Amino acid sequence: MQLTLWTYEGPPHVGAMRVAAAMHGLHYVLHAPQGDTYADLLFTMIERRDTRPPVTYTTFQARDLGADTAELFKSAAREAYERFSPQAMIVGASCTAELLQDDPGGLAKALDLPCPVIALELPAYQKKENWGASETFYRLVRGLAGARRDRPSRDRKSCNILGPTSLGFRCRDDVREIAKLLATLGVEVNVVAPLGASPKDLTRLGDADFNVLLYPEIGLAAAQWLERAHGQPFTRSIPLGVGATRDFIAEVARMAEINPATALETNDSRLPWYSRSVDSTYLTGKRVFIFGDATHAIAAARIAQDELGFEVVGLGTYAREFARDVREAAARYGVEALVTDDYLDVEAKVAELQPELVLGTQMERHIAKRLGLPCAVISAPVHVQDFPARYSPHMGFEGANVIFDTWVHPLMMGLEEHLLTMFRDDVEFHDGAAPSHLGEEQEPRRPTSAAVVSDIVLAWADDAEKELKKIPFFVRGKARRNTEKFAAERGLATITVETLYDAKAHFAR
Amino acid sequence: MNALAPLSGLANGACDAAPVIQERAQREVFCGLTGIVWLHRKIQDAFFLVVGSRTCAHLIQSAAGVMIFAEPRFATAILEDRDLAGVADIDDELDAVVDRLLARRPEIKLLFLVGSCPSEVIKIDLSRAAARQSRQHAPRVRILSYSGSGIETTFTQGEDACLAALVPTLPPEPENVSQSLLVVGALADIVEDQFARLFDVLGVAPVRFLPMRRAADLPPVGPNTSFLLAQPFLADTAHALQERGARWIEAPFPLGAEGTTLWLRAAANAFGVSEARFDAVTSPARARAEQALAHYRDALAGKRVFLFPDSQLEPALARFLAREMAMRIVEIGTPYLHRRHMAAELDLLPNDAPIVEGQHVERQLDRCRAARPDLVVCGLGLANPLEAEGFATKWSIELLFSPIQGYDQAGDLAELFARPLNRRARLEV
Repeated sequence: MQLTLWTYEGPPHVGAMRVAAAMHGLHYVLHAPQGDTYADLLFTMIERRDTRPPVTYTTFQARDLGADTAELFKSAAREAYERFSPQAMIVGASCTAELLQDDPGGLAKALDLPCPVIALELPAYQKKENWGASETFYRLVRGLAGARRDRPSRDRKSCNILGPTSLGFRCRDDVREIAKLLATLGVEVNVVAPLGASPKDLTRLGDADFNVLLYPEIGLAAAQWLERAHGQPFTRSIPLGVGATRDFIAEVARMAEINPATALETNDSRLPWYSRSVDSTYLTGKRVFIFGDATHAIAAARIAQDELGFEVVGLGTYAREFARDVREAAARYGVEALVTDDYLDVEAKVAELQPELVLGTQMERHIAKRLGLPCAVISAPVHVQDFPARYSPHMGFEGANVIFDTWVHPLMMGLEEHLLTMFRDDVEFHDGAAPSHLGEEQEPRRPTSAAVVSDIVLAWADDAEKELKKIPFFVRGKARRNTEKFAAERGLATITVETLYDAKAHFAR
Repeated sequence: MNALAPLSGLANGACDAAPVIQERAQREVFCGLTGIVWLHRKIQDAFFLVVGSRTCAHLIQSAAGVMIFAEPRFATAILEDRDLAGVADIDDELDAVVDRLLARRPEIKLLFLVGSCPSEVIKIDLSRAAARQSRQHAPRVRILSYSGSGIETTFTQGEDACLAALVPTLPPEPENVSQSLLVVGALADIVEDQFARLFDVLGVAPVRFLPMRRAADLPPVGPNTSFLLAQPFLADTAHALQERGARWIEAPFPLGAEGTTLWLRAAANAFGVSEARFDAVTSPARARAEQALAHYRDALAGKRVFLFPDSQLEPALARFLAREMAMRIVEIGTPYLHRRHMAAELDLLPNDAPIVEGQHVERQLDRCRAARPDLVVCGLGLANPLEAEGFATKWSIELLFSPIQGYDQAGDLAELFARPLNRRARLEV
């Protein structure tokens, strides 16, 4: 039994949903109790998805447990096929259904549906979300990619891009950026999967010459299988940061047997110059703590140390499956890797290290906020803010530009930092003040018991003042102003609770 | 299953004009654990420990649409393979988790062990665990248990289960109290304070609230207690209070000016407050509510609204929207219809509004699309997809997280429904 306040990862069936929701023409029938549909809102709210995720839940209740939950599964699967006519289906159980041992795979097989049905075994009491996504993608690829065959003859080499999913960190824009980069290199993209692929597309995976693996947490198992079964090598460099993007280009060029010179020369990243320009001097040796999934954390450490001149004082991951990689990376920076999925451990570490910048997930953003430290988000788990309206990749050369801006933005600006030291005791410009370009978060201070509006002194009765404090802070100022205006217009000397609500009704609209 | 059949022989004749249809299949609703999101804020020194799976932890973390990033007074004891395989002794494991938790949070006075789907299926006896741990941690902390599992509770029924677990622990009311009022159901503090003031001026006293804000302030209950339900989803709590001898005051729910008046009047009548006094005390606030409602009536009158099942508030909301805002009701979905507690509401509802109990989400969406309502009240999983199809939607969860009861919130309640329409009217993109 593990005491958990916040979790970095959901259960493995949520990982399966991330794969299903990323694809077209695939439907997931999930044996699950009432309430597990909460997972839909991760997609519709956080990602602002404009359709429901392609998932049917059996929604069993206590009264079904004594009856036939297996029958419930079968009718749900049959109805889902009839309604959605998918090219393929995946079936499985959530944590509670796993205990019922109804065997969704066997039940679906017995239904003999006219489409491929792939059964998922996702042990909910051992594994987590990323593993669930990886296993689901692997099963789909294995089930649909078929046997090795002759590749179609092409003028140019072609590759698949593996790993991007729904609710992944910046996947949407990373894929676009990397596809653009591959086009510059003269490499064709055969299939991107799971994001945007259909089950039919997965049957074409074997046509590519090699695979570009962008997110090993999700795509490694599938890439390894394709290497074995279809003889497709896959790339190991993750194009996050300028140096890693160059490594990636070199690796792709080797696999595609082409000359990388043009792609390397047309490098349009501003990061190297911005980092070398004198304004960036103040970034030197900033102590940075990094935590996230393994891929993003390891890449962030390299960018921080080599490309921005920071000092990595902590590096960690919640992705235990990739702990070895993170430990190796940490050793390069002379720090001990923090491998944990307990948010309290991470908080304690950040508090102990007192870094000047935290690069982490939405959890670390919260930790940093509590500790008053600047923070930028580099990895899932994600938040609605991690799906910006603008084009905002983290991978490739444009990604490096985005990273420069995103990481430097929470920090004090160069000269500002010096001025702060000079004018340490200035009332407005002091140590406790936030960077000036980030604005003031606190409610402006103002007199609490009396106000002057058009020359009349208004007094707030104690109970009215108390009542006002119950109003959320972000509308309190407006409520106060409106009430005082209302009272002043009517010549009231004292604002009572009644006045407060009379004014509220008056201004309601 | 999946039958769509009118329900014959309703227990209550009040709604004989309103067709009640039952549906079964996929439900797009939360489980009872979700109630922790507001209950942990309401009882300020209580902690909620879910005994469940990673799914449970993920659900509570995600239920509000974004993570609630304050130091939470809730957590999940996540069951692992070794717990299920019997390698670990579940009692020992749970005791260790509770000890660690209480050591970390010395200010906690009341701890709820909350059952989940997996803990129910593998039959972990949380009431026994709570009794054992209570003995160990008395008098500093009391430990109670209830189930918020999805197989037993839908969304707001989690609050019902929590309050029902509290009822047996309430002290007996002293015999010399002639009559007391208990208001049952979590309300925002500001709403509770407004009602307390109104009851005070009406001369209805003493008045207490359940849940209480502090674990130590347990309201007493006994045969002289009358109780008013502030929320419509409290079947088990009401039953437990009646077992303690308390009397239920039947009333519609305090939504809108009319609902609030009828709700307050039911209490006033039970406490012998004269009609004249009642009118004198409530009329200024009622007039304010009317004034605030008038701001939104033009926007809402004549518009057609479709309510998906969510919190059991739906019939009362439909009554408010139909009678006070002149909206037309296309369908009232509700996860469960308590015919007795809803009788007063059903009496007021327009008799052509179909009520659908339970859910077959796909068919309900088909009906919604066919009906083309002006406004759809639904959960967060459906809202954006329906918006993308061209429907204006109101997130139903906001109706649980916002103060909407009472006179001075009537305008706010109307505004919640008017805002999506207002926004669509403004946007030119």
